[in-house]
Amino acid sequence: MSTLTETTPLLADILASIKPGAGLRADALATLEQLGLPGSKSEEYKFTPITRVLEKNFSFSDGNHETNISNIGKFLIPDLEGNILVFINGIFSEELSTYNHEELHIKPIDGKEKGFASLADFKSDALVAWNTAAWTSGVSLDVSANTEVHKPVILHYINDTTHSAAKSFTRNIIRLGKSSKLTVVEKQDTIGTHAGFSNVVTEGFIESNAELHLYSIQADGGKRFHFGQTTIWQDRNSRVNTFTLTLDGKLIRNNLQLILDGEGCESHMNGLYILQGDTLADNHTVVDHRKPNANSNELYKGVIDGNAKGVFNGKIYVRPDAQKTNAFQSNRNILLSDKATVNTKPQLEIWADDVKCSHGCTTGQLDEEAMFYLQARGISKVTARAMMLYAFAGEVLNTVDSGPLRNYFDSMISERLHKNF
Amino acid sequence: MLSIKNLHAKIEDNQILNGLNLEVKAGEVHAIMGPNGSGKSTLASVLAGREEFEVTEGTVDYLGKNLLELAPEERAREGVFLAFQYPVEIPGVSTINFMKTAVNQVREGRGQAPLDAVSFLSLMKEKMKLVEIDQSLLNRSLNEGFSGGEKKRNEIFQMAMLEPKLAILDETDSGLDIDALRIVANGVNKLRDKNKAIIVVTHYQRLLEYIVPDFVHVLYKGKIVKSGTKDLALELEAKGYDWIKDEVAVV
Repeated sequence: MSTLTETTPLLADILASIKPGAGLRADALATLEQLGLPGSKSEEYKFTPITRVLEKNFSFSDGNHETNISNIGKFLIPDLEGNILVFINGIFSEELSTYNHEELHIKPIDGKEKGFASLADFKSDALVAWNTAAWTSGVSLDVSANTEVHKPVILHYINDTTHSAAKSFTRNIIRLGKSSKLTVVEKQDTIGTHAGFSNVVTEGFIESNAELHLYSIQADGGKRFHFGQTTIWQDRNSRVNTFTLTLDGKLIRNNLQLILDGEGCESHMNGLYILQGDTLADNHTVVDHRKPNANSNELYKGVIDGNAKGVFNGKIYVRPDAQKTNAFQSNRNILLSDKATVNTKPQLEIWADDVKCSHGCTTGQLDEEAMFYLQARGISKVTARAMMLYAFAGEVLNTVDSGPLRNYFDSMISERLHKNF
Repeated sequence: MLSIKNLHAKIEDNQILNGLNLEVKAGEVHAIMGPNGSGKSTLASVLAGREEFEVTEGTVDYLGKNLLELAPEERAREGVFLAFQYPVEIPGVSTINFMKTAVNQVREGRGQAPLDAVSFLSLMKEKMKLVEIDQSLLNRSLNEGFSGGEKKRNEIFQMAMLEPKLAILDETDSGLDIDALRIVANGVNKLRDKNKAIIVVTHYQRLLEYIVPDFVHVLYKGKIVKSGTKDLALELEAKGYDWIKDEVAVV
């Protein structure tokens, strides 16, 4: 038995929990069985002991307790009008969802969609294989060519853990036709105090000249264990902006992969994690430049307090054809306590020769000299600290356009940082 | 106003101040001069409350209070102001927001109500004129990308906004050309009055042509070894510090 993968009781439990299916599901199940779950020596899960943690907290063959949520008012983002799509324990709730049928083509997913499972590679990641074998529900979001969807699509992933641990397996496909535009917001919410697990795989196809904004809000305060794989393919001149905000959870693993497969693509990946308690947040990102003249810019910042742990891994591939690529990456962290940790690793693999690429990562404490400067002007230590941290976070926050969503982010960040100025 | 007695201070294992005595009364301007490494900036830092310096002996009484017991922000609220030798660049903190927070926390510390936005802006406009600082500079992040002269002017602007009782100018003249020096000195002079005291820490006599001191002290090896009037500064300018060192050696 190698430590790269593990045949643990958890794997047996998971395999027992999955109803045997046909086609892709069967293929994915066989892959999961063969791959096993990531072990302590697994390079991709080196700092995130997901197998051990899930084993301790879940019994997957138990299934979910029944749920009777009738109102999601408290989870809505203030002042933000949107197309609301609600998932309870991984099951799409048509009843609780409200959306515009004209601008958007929304259908429950059935796995027969064009391109399904073609982007999120289940052969190399057991967690993706698990989702591909076990997904229970999800949506296919389709925007026609030349259509700008004015209201964002808001996906509420709610785990109801009132009676027992909840487990959800969600699968989505987003397809933006040529020159269309869509904003998607993913938001995690939890009811109840038991543990909740979510495994969400989203595949996006962004056709030429289309624009996708994707926001993820991971701040539900629950005992959330999350694995997410989001893989987005971009055709020429398309634009993708992502923003991932992580404030809470027990273990959060985000795999975000952008494939720039046309000339003139532009991608911005932004992330902010402000962690406390014993939260572990792991952002694994991949930017894959396959064609020339594309730009990508990645900025992830973290503020880590208590016993919390941040992990960042940023891969940039620049393929031989991708000449004149501009690819920039930056990961900066502030540790606020002795027990807070961060593991950061940039990985650049560049095969083209006429490119501009840079990366940088820093981890440090609050700048003492700056703190003294503020205090020497009569500003209390608490306020000075909040000012410094808010300014640090502000660089990422400022990438969000003004409006209700920006206000919502701002209010959450301000609250977390005890902003009082 | 300020009474420093037998002050000893060190940073890590380096003893820097070795029994410094200084009396400053309201309305007075004192210049502290001395060769490099004599402890001038340490004195300024200790008075402002920089934590890296450890006071090992001596007392500092400020308006009847033990200054050394106060946190840096409490000292500022009590009216102590340090103009930094190297003002810190703080990206992402706008100068205006910073100033508004500082003014209102200082006011709160003095039992005054916070200024509303309108009163704050009109106070700011008034003080901006004093140091000929441009609004566009204040809209930027604190000191970020400011020239040396702009940073020093910003220090004096902050001093004007916070209306301290005791201002300590730490090498405020360093890195300034003659025009910037004149502007900064003018700003300081406009803030002089009988209720305020100023300590000017400087290496050169040049600044003292513009901010004329009542007393000049020479700091050497962590002690004040000679005190006099502004003529002492001229003498130092003409003769350098070596004769002081020789005098001290003889003693």
